[in-house]
Parts: sequence; structure tokens; C-alpha cells
Amino acid sequence: MSLRSSAPRVAALLLLVAFVTAPQLFSFAFEPLTANNAPAIYNQGSLLSLTLSHLRIVFLATLASTMLALALGIFVTRPSGHEFLPLSRSLVNIGQTFPPIAVLAIAVPLVGFGEKPTFIALFLYGLLPIFENTLSGLTGVSPQALDAAKGMGMSPRQRLFQVELPLALPVILAGIRLSVIISLGTATIGSTVAAKGLGEVIIAGLQSNNVAFVLQGGLVVALLAVLIHDGLGIAERVAARRSGRPLDEAR
Amino acid sequence: MNTILQTTVPGMHSSRSHIILDRLGSVIAVLISIALFAAPFATYRANRIVAGEGRMLTEALPTAGALGVTAVILCVALCAVLARAPVIRLAAAAAGLGAVFPALGWSAGFLTPAGNTFARVSPALGFWLLTLALALLAADALTRLRLGPLARLAALAVAAGAIAGLLLSGAWNDLSLLKEYANRADSFWREARQHLWLALGSMAAACLVGLPLGILAHRFRALRAAVLQVLSIVQTVPSIALFGILIAPLGYLAAHVPLAAALGIRGIGAAPAFIALFLYSLLPVVGNTVTGLSQVPPAVTDAARGMGLSRRQRLLEVELPLALPVILAGVRIVLVQNLGLATVAALIGGGGFGTFVFQGIGQTAIDLVLLGAVPTVALSFAAAVILDAMIDLAKGPSHDRD
Repeated sequence: MSLRSSAPRVAALLLLVAFVTAPQLFSFAFEPLTANNAPAIYNQGSLLSLTLSHLRIVFLATLASTMLALALGIFVTRPSGHEFLPLSRSLVNIGQTFPPIAVLAIAVPLVGFGEKPTFIALFLYGLLPIFENTLSGLTGVSPQALDAAKGMGMSPRQRLFQVELPLALPVILAGIRLSVIISLGTATIGSTVAAKGLGEVIIAGLQSNNVAFVLQGGLVVALLAVLIHDGLGIAERVAARRSGRPLDEAR
Repeated sequence: MNTILQTTVPGMHSSRSHIILDRLGSVIAVLISIALFAAPFATYRANRIVAGEGRMLTEALPTAGALGVTAVILCVALCAVLARAPVIRLAAAAAGLGAVFPALGWSAGFLTPAGNTFARVSPALGFWLLTLALALLAADALTRLRLGPLARLAALAVAAGAIAGLLLSGAWNDLSLLKEYANRADSFWREARQHLWLALGSMAAACLVGLPLGILAHRFRALRAAVLQVLSIVQTVPSIALFGILIAPLGYLAAHVPLAAALGIRGIGAAPAFIALFLYSLLPVVGNTVTGLSQVPPAVTDAARGMGLSRRQRLLEVELPLALPVILAGVRIVLVQNLGLATVAALIGGGGFGTFVFQGIGQTAIDLVLLGAVPTVALSFAAAVILDAMIDLAKGPSHDRD
């Protein structure tokens, strides 16, 4: 990573941190967008705490979906779960045609308003990309590598943990990255069902017709997503370099 | 989550024994048993807002009807466990769905007291579980049948026809979902048109701009990196944030440029949603065009050059047709993505099926949510099937499907 390519990243990160910790410093930029003396900076809660609860729910949901999706992906690629492999492939295809908002909306009447429906939607929808990439990562391990591991006398368990998973790691990480980015967006919409998050700023702006709120909420969410996407991309490249294979398969 | 990990992990290593029972079929049979005997089939509410009470299948239908439906479903479960031939499993799943769906409408008529226009009957957990189990069985059978593209389109048409027949026959008219529809039939079709216009219009615009851009990006390496990088950053921005970012400049434009206002461009509404969907659509179109063109074997382009084809002829007659399946795969991503994302447009006044979803969330009326969500899911699903078939047709018969 050269200095030149990381400079914009660092600048963007500093800008984001400065904005959520001391938004008043930036009120001059948003004032022209307001009318009738409306506040230029979101004043119904701290941007920092909204950002943190936004990140918290995305992190917890991604953690949960990663664990389940990995376990399921490993299961259907073992001999004992092979029967479920073709079906799970088509289920992932079908599942991804469900818009995340539909999952969120259907969860609300079942579990009520708040964090719960948002968590369920993030968790369920987050499963799909991770599971899909776990499958393609594990089934993409070259048969030669597996044969070599078998020839070295490795047990199936050792092969899984020392050969297959490390080789599949970059692809799995790419799935996790996709899942995190989708979750960041869905968590923003979660604010319509009263989950605490950055969507609140945008929704408050839409309700009070305050374009300044809408714009700053949009910018914070966008910057957050771009930075996280970028950071996870770096993690993938590190993992790919370690596993000694180019990243062109990972999305 | 730990419990799930622990229960699945041991299964990975043990059980090499060969069981004759179909294991997926057994899972389906267990789901069916839970749905039939331990979960309510329908929910009855005295009016639209009060909490519902579950009704088991035996309570939701006249005794003879409940026994008949139960018998049919149990036969299906038996087929799932014992029959291996995909055709039989598919027929069983179809028969099961053919019993469960009309039964739901029947139960709505049976549970609603005569002349009571306030009572509402909605599908409950048992119905959803049965549908899930039968859909799993059908999906597994269809996967194993490895149907060709035309056969898959035919299957989709049969399924769509069956659902249309069910809805038109009036068998479901007593269901709460269709009562919600009947109350807003006009706005339903208006939002449907708006949804399609947002999703398909932005896709068409993205193809018009994205294809030439992709061809240029393929030719000029420097342009390629820049374009793809910018588009992938756009793709990363969550939809509602991008809507928000677009609202400010569009509002400014509408206030200061009379022509923009005359064209219907406003800060909130369909314009920011359309532009956002258009921007999201560019990356798959441009990216797949570049990938598709770069996968054309150099030997083929050389041969075309040797035959004296001009650059333009090579592009139109050789490179683009060869790249078509990859480009169509990009269009598939765009279409499915747009049909889903158009739901969010309702938040900023852009209309579409999301209008019902967000109204339903606001009123905690699940049937209203479903009125928006079900058509969205059905459209995305149909779009995915149709484009997958088109991709296979574009690949030609020589390619094997995976």
C-alpha cells in the first residue's frame, strides 16, 4: 500500500471522525440548505452515538450470520451433507431475489418495533453472500491441494482447518464484505422501524423537510460504507497474499 | 448462535452410514408435521387492528375439508421421504401447493362470520411453514431435473398462470390480503406501474449509457480503471444515503432552473430515486461489458481481422455477440437489484410497491406490508428466472449448465 493511495483514505477517515464528534464545526457548510431558521446540524441526538449503535448492530448481525453461514457452508461441502448442496445453491439464488426491505418489513409485525426486526433482517439477509462465497471458496479448492493433504496423512478435520479454509479465506472474506455493505444500508432503513441508527438523521430530515439533515445523514452513511468497504478490501488482499493465490476469483 | 454451530459440527464428521430415507425429504417431512400439528394455519382477527388468534387447520376448515387437506399433505410428506425420482417429487409438491393455497382461501370464508365485514383472516405460521416445505421440495426437484432454459420459462408460466387463476377465481377474496387490495385497487396498479417504471426505466437508461461506456473502457485501459473505481464507490453507498445526497442538488436545480422544474424534477420524489437506481445499475453493466469483451479469445478477433472485417464489424458481429452472456448476467444483477431497491423509493415520495410496505409498517398491518412485499418478491423472482434462461439461450446449446 503506497502512501499516495492511502492518503485519500486517511483524509476521508479523519473527516468522518471530525464530523461525527464535532458536527457544529461544519454547520457553515449546511446552513445554506436550511430555511426558516431550521437547525443546520442534527440536534435530536448525538451523531457519534447514532454512528456507534449503527455499527454495533451491523457488527453483531454480521458476526451471527458469518458463524451460521460458515457452519452451513462447511456442512454442505462435507460428504455427509452433500445431498443438500444443489438445493442450497438454488436457495441462495432465490433468497437473494428477496429485497432486504421486504425481510425487514415482514419481521416487524412478528417481533415488534425496535432493534429486533432490524437485527433479524440483517442476520437473515447477511447469510446469503457469506454462504454463497463459502461454497464457492470451499468447492474452488484445487483437487491437487486436497490430494496432497490426504497424501500427507491429514485427517478430514486437519484438511478443513489447515488447507481448505485458509485457501478459501479470501473468497469468504469477500462475501463478508458484501454482507457488511448490504447490512449498513439495511440498518439505515431500520430507522423507519425505530432502530437506533444513522437513518434517523435522514428520516428526520425528510419528515421536517430539512435538506441539511438529509444531506449530512446521507454523507455520513456513505462515507462510513465506503471506508468499511475499503478497509475490508485491504484485509482480503492480505489474506489472498498469505494463501498465495490471486484475488481475481473474489468479488 | 453457538448452539447452532455445535449441533451442526458433529454431523460433519460422523455419519458415513448410508441411509435409504431421503435426508432432505426427512427435513421436509418434519417441517410439514410441525406445520400441520403444532402451528396455527390461519390467524383470525375481529378487526384490522386487534391482535389475532391462531386457528389450527382442524378449526380453520370444516372437519371433512381439514381431514382431506391433512391426508393430501401427509401423502406429499411420504413421497418426499421415500420417492427419489424428481418428477414424482415435483408432482407431489405441486399437489401439496394445490391443496394448501385453496385451503387458505376456504378457511378465510369458513372463519369469517356471515355478513361480518370487519373480521380479518390472514395466513399464520402453519401456512407459511407448509409453503416453505413444499417450495423446498419443488425447488430441489427442479434443481435435480436440470431443466433447459425453455422448460424453466414454461414452468414459470405455469406457476404464474396457477397463481393468476387462484386470484381471479375469487377463492382468496375473503383473505385479509385481498381485502387490503380491494380497498386500494386503483393505487395498487398505479404504484405497480411506478415501480416498474423506476426499475425498468433506470435499467434501460443504464444500458444505453453503460454499454458504450463499457466498450470505451475496454478499449482504453486508463479510462477502465477510473470508471470502474468511481462506479464501485457509488455501488457501496447505501440506497437511502444516495437518495439523500441527490435530494440536495436536485432541490437546488428545481428551485433555480425553471426547465428542470417543468420537467418534473424535484428534490424529493421519483427523480432522485430514478437517478440513484441508474447510478447503481451502471457498475454491473459497465463491469460485465468490460469482462465479457476481454474474454473474447484473441484468436477469434484475429480471424475476424484476417477476414477483412472492419473494427466496427468486428465489434458488432463478433465481439459483442460473444460477450452477450456476460453482459446479460450484468443486466440480471441490475434488474433484480433495481426491483428490490425501488421499494426504498417510497421513503422519499418516489412511489412504487414500497408505499404499501412503509404504510403497513406505520400501521403495523402485516397484510398491507405483504401487499407491497409479495409482488416485489414475485417480480424479482420472475425476472431472475427469465434472465437466467436468456443467458443460457445466449450461451447456445454447446455450453453445459452447472
